[in-house]
Amino acid sequence: MKTALFLLALAVPAAVLAQQQGAAQPPRPARDRAPIDLTGYWVSYVTENWRYRMVTPAKGEYRRIPASRAALPIINAWDPAADERAGEQCKSYGAGNIMSVPTRLHITWQDADTLKIETDAGTQTRLFRFAARPATSSPGARSWQGDSAATWEPAAGGGSLRVVTSNLRPGYLRKNGVPYSEQATVTEHFDVAPLAGDGQLLLVTTVVEDPIYLTGPYVVSPHFKKERDGSKWDATPCSASW
Amino acid sequence: MGRNAMFGFVVIARLTPRALLVALLLVLLTAGRASAQFDFVGSFAPIGTEDVQNDSVPVDYLGLALTEEARTRALSYDESQKSMIERQCAGWGAAYLVLGPFGLRVSSQTDPVTNRVVSYTIGAWEDWNEMVIWMDDRPRPSEHALRTQAGFTLGRWEGGALVARTTHFKAGFIRKTGVPLTDNAVIDWRFYRHGDVVTVLMIATDPVYLVEPEIVSKSFRMSPRPLDYRAGCVTGYEGHEPGDTVPHFAPDKNPFADEFVKLYHLPREAVLGYPETLYPEYRKKIKDTYVPPPPCTESCGAAGNFVLRR
Repeated sequence: MKTALFLLALAVPAAVLAQQQGAAQPPRPARDRAPIDLTGYWVSYVTENWRYRMVTPAKGEYRRIPASRAALPIINAWDPAADERAGEQCKSYGAGNIMSVPTRLHITWQDADTLKIETDAGTQTRLFRFAARPATSSPGARSWQGDSAATWEPAAGGGSLRVVTSNLRPGYLRKNGVPYSEQATVTEHFDVAPLAGDGQLLLVTTVVEDPIYLTGPYVVSPHFKKERDGSKWDATPCSASW
Repeated sequence: MGRNAMFGFVVIARLTPRALLVALLLVLLTAGRASAQFDFVGSFAPIGTEDVQNDSVPVDYLGLALTEEARTRALSYDESQKSMIERQCAGWGAAYLVLGPFGLRVSSQTDPVTNRVVSYTIGAWEDWNEMVIWMDDRPRPSEHALRTQAGFTLGRWEGGALVARTTHFKAGFIRKTGVPLTDNAVIDWRFYRHGDVVTVLMIATDPVYLVEPEIVSKSFRMSPRPLDYRAGCVTGYEGHEPGDTVPHFAPDKNPFADEFVKLYHLPREAVLGYPETLYPEYRKKIKDTYVPPPPCTESCGAAGNFVLRR
């Protein structure tokens, strides 16, 4: 009984105070609540899926991707020259694949509630918005990077960033034309881990779901090493064939 | 401040400092454990949408940063060594947890008095020994202690992930294609759980054979049913008699050295695990010389998980 009283005594005032504070103050911005620091320059460290990422795979190959029947005609009709002519050369740089493209990342806070990720490969920009979009607003035009809603998932001593992206332009999961549709959703978790010599690793667990061109979730987890600065940054435009 | 809060402060004020400290510690410990850990016990099936095995052709060192010595040893490896009766059941080392094709069957062992988790065990597979992750902060064995295929693994919870380090394993391989790993290597693990997906991150460092760490991450999905257990290894005659010479190649005469290169038009230095091939700059270097392979005509789809050898 005494122990129960102890715990109650500790828990009740804390809860009441938290409630009172919550009512009085606006929520703290995401930047101030960050359980992990993702900002800085990062470089792809391609130790997985090398054959599908570092070179353009053969036309028609989609090993390890649960492509649906509807995807097959698109896979077999892939024509990078036609994509270039149509101004669609960024199809493999959309949110469904961009983190698997060998690249450098520059991660900064655009404002207190928006995390920005720029890539030098394809010169893409992703915006992760922590502030909820007003319920009355309609989504904007579809884009390669879509709309990304971000939330922190804190845990004792660290945590994770969860990002859900939708409102995408149709794109490719691989350079050789394995498609995802505009109905695709990309769910990512960003985690960091230490490397020897004060290094840091960024792991991006990515789940792509698409009711049109996938029969099940496509899961990859590319990773990045932290770099001291942006001296190796080399912005290049999108390419449909390379 | 409301009446409930006032009641709480009155009770606290009447406690002795020692009782207050004990109560505070209890609350902090309980809160910390609740937010830092995930449920790791259960069966998790491999998702298999990433190419991490790299064992379909005899010479595939893609995605590795090897030393010259490692490359030479790997090129001398003949996979028919595994048909020698004394090597058939040697199994693969700890790294095969993420390099192999199997799932995770995780159980926990608890202290009957404190009910705290003493260890997690990832169940064995037919050619992989179980991994016990000790969570009780016990000391590591002496550097002279017996080394095993599984090694010795200590774990702890950190930032929502299960973090572990494996040492004390036997010298063995980091890939089934014969890429060696010394017994001085260290493997760091992080197990993350996001929803029903567990992602295992492996960071292997070896002062002798790896110029840079081998980093592999592999995801598993929680299975509603326990995964099947594969029976242990049974030896049998596979063409080699005890006492036969260990099959091997002269490193510069490995007949498979260029198979993968020719099959997919891959750069030789990438197939042989040169460190520069792991970074974006390398793509720019080979851009003008790379010729894509002809269109895929066989086993092109999701089920064709293995490289097609012609």
